[in-house]
Amino acid sequence: MAKHPVQFRLNGSDRATFVDGAENLLNTLRRGLGDFAPKYGCGQGTCGVCTVLVDGEPHLSCLTLAVACEGRHVETASGMADGPDFHPLQAAFMDHFAAQCGFCTPGMLTAARALLAKNPNPTRDEVVEAISGNICRCTGYEPIIAAILAAAGSSGARRA
Amino acid sequence: MLDVRTCASLAEAAGILSGDRQALLVGGGTLVMRDVNEGRLTDGTLVRVTDPALTQMSLSGARLELGAGVTMAMVLARPELAFLHGAARAIGGPAVRNMATIGGNLFAPMPYGDFTTALLALDALVVVQSGYGAGRPVPLEEFLAARERGSQGMVTALQVPRPQNPQHFHFRKISRVKPKGIAVLSIAAHLPLAGGRVAQARIAYGAMAPTPMRAKGVERALEGRALDAATLAAARQAALEGTRPETDAIASAWYRREVLPVHLARLLAGAAR
Repeated sequence: MAKHPVQFRLNGSDRATFVDGAENLLNTLRRGLGDFAPKYGCGQGTCGVCTVLVDGEPHLSCLTLAVACEGRHVETASGMADGPDFHPLQAAFMDHFAAQCGFCTPGMLTAARALLAKNPNPTRDEVVEAISGNICRCTGYEPIIAAILAAAGSSGARRA
Repeated sequence: MLDVRTCASLAEAAGILSGDRQALLVGGGTLVMRDVNEGRLTDGTLVRVTDPALTQMSLSGARLELGAGVTMAMVLARPELAFLHGAARAIGGPAVRNMATIGGNLFAPMPYGDFTTALLALDALVVVQSGYGAGRPVPLEEFLAARERGSQGMVTALQVPRPQNPQHFHFRKISRVKPKGIAVLSIAAHLPLAGGRVAQARIAYGAMAPTPMRAKGVERALEGRALDAATLAAARQAALEGTRPETDAIASAWYRREVLPVHLARLLAGAAR
């Protein structure tokens, strides 16, 4: 079967590759483009570990057709650090011990990044809602919530 | 093998879908791609539609028209649709809501389909297009019965009568995991009150049958009555009429039957206040 060409912006760089027709974005990112930040968890939209941003909005890459991303902006947790400098969310996750086994971390960071881009001063309830589609199987939710609230504070914003 | 066709127009997609029994429309992907990932869907053609008509909303007038490709997030972004926000927010987390469409939700197998349950209590119509030509509005209840029989057609839009008083529309999703979980069951109720009495009651259940269903026994018990203790008791008595719940990883059929009357009574007691 013919491969389909697809081009999109990945973490600020233009990337092009060929995909199988029904290939999901997660496979394209990991196998085709070598971005291993988003993970394969459940494959059914329950766990959130494959979360990426498509045009700034969180999407589950395991349920997204790669061809549907043609011309769009895809961002993963790999693009959050600026060279050696962590993104404030990454720094806060470290400071608050918010990564236990670490498998959910890229999805949590991405969900939190989407939240703070829209709502720089979230309440605790808003943080809980923002990560409600992301499962931490170590059940370390409290440090994750604390880290996201702290990162919001570190941007100089008032904490709700 | 599984291939993808991208269609710029609804008519083109409808043509492919009516001509190819192995063609399947893919919207947000939350149902179809799950089947692909789990190896249940390995052959045929996935049809993608990029026609902007699929995400159009016309929100003026008494009957709202929403394109089948409108996502839960798009519903939540429109204050005119506030009466549907509770049901839209009940679907998944933020990422799922950016993907899951209101048209796709009509096809969600039990225990999913909470949004459809809400639409069923609002007497929504489903615009179905088969082959070329204009779409035909079908009552949602009829559409769901046909879905259970496995009939085909492309859903292009939903027509939702706006409730005259949004306070008379109620929705509850019961799940065991907080803040978000899959439904043990969901209940939607539209209880317009005329002179303190219920007129044209509509009650719908999710996850109590293979598709969302109307609770007609409860509707009869409420019709023309004030929401007093005797009416609530009669409604509770009729709660299980016509239900066919299944056992799954979320709850057993027995448990669903046990808790449904309790949650229905709570919802109705809240509506009476």
